[in-house]
Amino acid sequence: MTTHPERIAVTRRKPGVGSRIAASFGYALGLPMLLLVIWGLVATRSTSRFFPDPLTIFEAFVDTWVGPAFVEDVLPSLYRLGLGITASIVIGIAAGTVIGLLQWLRELLEPLLEFFRAIPPPVLIPVVMLLLGITDTMKVVVIVSGAIWPILLNTIEGVRATDSVMKETADSFQITWWERLWFLVLPAASPRIMAGVRQGLSVALILMVISEMFASSAGLGYRIAYFQRNYLIAEMWSGILLLGLVGVFLAVVFGLVERRVLRWYHGIREVNRV
Amino acid sequence: MSDRSTLLRVEHLRKVYESQTGDVEAIGDISFTMNAGELVCIVGPSGCGKTTLLKCLAGLLRPTSGLVEMDGAPVTGPSPAMAVVFQEYGRSLYPWLTVRGNVELPLRHKKLSRAERDKLVTDALTAVGLDHAARSHPWQLSGGMQQRVAIARAVAYQPEVLIMDEPFAAVDAQTRADLEDLVRELHSSRNISILFVTHDIDESVYLGERVLVLSKSPTWVQEDLAIDLPPERDQITTRALPRFTQLRTHVYDQIQRAKRGQAVAPQAAR
Repeated sequence: MTTHPERIAVTRRKPGVGSRIAASFGYALGLPMLLLVIWGLVATRSTSRFFPDPLTIFEAFVDTWVGPAFVEDVLPSLYRLGLGITASIVIGIAAGTVIGLLQWLRELLEPLLEFFRAIPPPVLIPVVMLLLGITDTMKVVVIVSGAIWPILLNTIEGVRATDSVMKETADSFQITWWERLWFLVLPAASPRIMAGVRQGLSVALILMVISEMFASSAGLGYRIAYFQRNYLIAEMWSGILLLGLVGVFLAVVFGLVERRVLRWYHGIREVNRV
Repeated sequence: MSDRSTLLRVEHLRKVYESQTGDVEAIGDISFTMNAGELVCIVGPSGCGKTTLLKCLAGLLRPTSGLVEMDGAPVTGPSPAMAVVFQEYGRSLYPWLTVRGNVELPLRHKKLSRAERDKLVTDALTAVGLDHAARSHPWQLSGGMQQRVAIARAVAYQPEVLIMDEPFAAVDAQTRADLEDLVRELHSSRNISILFVTHDIDESVYLGERVLVLSKSPTWVQEDLAIDLPPERDQITTRALPRFTQLRTHVYDQIQRAKRGQAVAPQAAR
């Protein structure tokens, strides 16, 4: 037996973790800070009451959202958002896998899916409202009706495009159906699925707000619309700020999950670059 | 050698690909047998349907007519008695699994205890010299090492015959020599039966106990040649033997005749 001095490629890890974290924080927060300062300067010189300075907005933020409003408006919104996202991911991946695996079903459903995908979900709100009433379910359904499409269509495409040699390998070793799903089909489709989920998240956030703007009496979207109608400008801005923060939070959580799920995918790309 | 029993029997195998522009006869009429414990190389001109033949043998493709028999039972689909090593190791190993996970995957549905399974995997990885890389991912390894993982996966599956489809076509010459010796080593030390498909004439003579030379498409077996080189083979001394040169020249001539279509199919078979 010959010996094999070949090396195992290791994804590189730079030294100095502390300074790297500090540097990335600097990059992440530098520009927002600069914009805040510019905004503050402009706002003090401006006479328009629609652009209050950042400090006023910050005060309004604390007054408005820290306290009972958080429990009454923010938490229910986040709850419905979470429910909508979870349902979109579960249904999207499950249905997408089935449709992606069955060619006849795919051909049968494709025109229909394209049709439904093209309908802007907000126009469905009155219809869903008639069917389900002004309930939490209706709002979750509206979120799902928009967020599910990128996840569903990307899953179908990802599952359909499973590599032929990988499939033949599974065939020749007589891998069972469940093993095939879990160890081949879903991981192979995971880069596409994650891309779909990323798109779905931003759609879900938009629809969370919109679903609360119709005939609603609580929720983040309702609050922001209420402040607008009553000329509570600083409060309105603080709501928009909160929405942005929710978006950032979603992106961070998604990034953590994605890095874990797609570790192999990013690893391959890094090795190929070297 | 006399106690070797027939392992694989192929009789009048024919494969026609049907298409709208006309049928393509990839394999005309192939018959041969392979005994248990043999290392048989199949070599032929490019485009002669080697991969088609192999897929029919492995039960991945249905032949148009003819019979493939493994241990006396007809092969109608993939069988636990066979393991395939594909040419495209990069697409045959699953990049989201570790080396160990890849080797272990086909064993999951075999009724083995955890300990038995672990032992098979470790044993197979040691046999190909990759026990130190078990926790790595395939894409962290060189091409030659990846193909070793694919070989380990096939060995751990404990098939009766290992079917290899041009496994070393995509690796560099030095790695290729190492991998050839690995195949010889697995064959002699573990008595594994190996069917090795290649387009490389030298490789087929160096590795095989028998070389089947295929004609050009529609394919039949043009020659069944016994390789009477000593069983202990070595990249330097074996390749320097006059007999090695004679055999490779002979196979080379046969392939040239096959390419020109000069060889005449046996009437009985047509």
